[in-house]
Amino acid sequence: MSEMKVLYFAWLRNKTGTGAETIHPPAEISTLGGLVEWLKTRSPGHAEALADLSMVSFAVNQEYAEAEDPVKSGDEIALFPPVTGG
Amino acid sequence: MIRVQREDFDPAEETNALVADDHGIGGVVTFTGLVREIADLGNGPDGERRSGRINAMTLEHYPGMTEKMLARIEAEALERWPLSASLIIHRYGDLEPGDRIVFVLTASAHRQAAYEANMFLVDWLKTKAPFWKREDAETGAHWVEARDSDEEAAARWSASPPKAAE
Repeated sequence: MSEMKVLYFAWLRNKTGTGAETIHPPAEISTLGGLVEWLKTRSPGHAEALADLSMVSFAVNQEYAEAEDPVKSGDEIALFPPVTGG
Repeated sequence: MIRVQREDFDPAEETNALVADDHGIGGVVTFTGLVREIADLGNGPDGERRSGRINAMTLEHYPGMTEKMLARIEAEALERWPLSASLIIHRYGDLEPGDRIVFVLTASAHRQAAYEANMFLVDWLKTKAPFWKREDAETGAHWVEARDSDEEAAARWSASPPKAAE
């Protein structure tokens, strides 16, 4: 069974109600985009946080990633809004 | 060098420590970013842009990725310009108006490289380093939205080839 860690930052953490969770997605999920669609089904908060993906950036193993990029068991996935440091 | 820390820093001390022993340096450029007390609060109910005073700011970051991205941004600057020294300090945690947030130092034999590399570092870190600002304003707390103008400022460096330093 595949296992991944998902991190949420800023308002994605507020809306999902969690900063980090360990998930076991179905084996057929192989892309980041597929995983995000599955994450939406976890709770109404997740669905709300991920409703407009133009407002969400992704990282896989601490590298910026796009919806079509692959994900696999053991990956650290992060979802966050566009960055506002500096 | 990069540092991600909760604590404040002293720009003069940081500058002296980095450049004191290198007499090949002809110019040092430093940028210090501060928490501004007036914030853009987005559109009001009437569609007008609003601004207001903030009481506090919290900076959240992604430990691990932050350091990785800052190190990569600094390495890119060192590749593009002949720098004698460089330093990025970025704070996180709870801050108040007037507090220092970020410090970027670039030193080189000649001023142009130091100036250009400094702007590059600030522009790139604003759009690539995983930090998020939350402002506690008179009207309530909100997450700061990314600005298109910051994206445009960062994009101009992607297009241009490495510049001469002389």
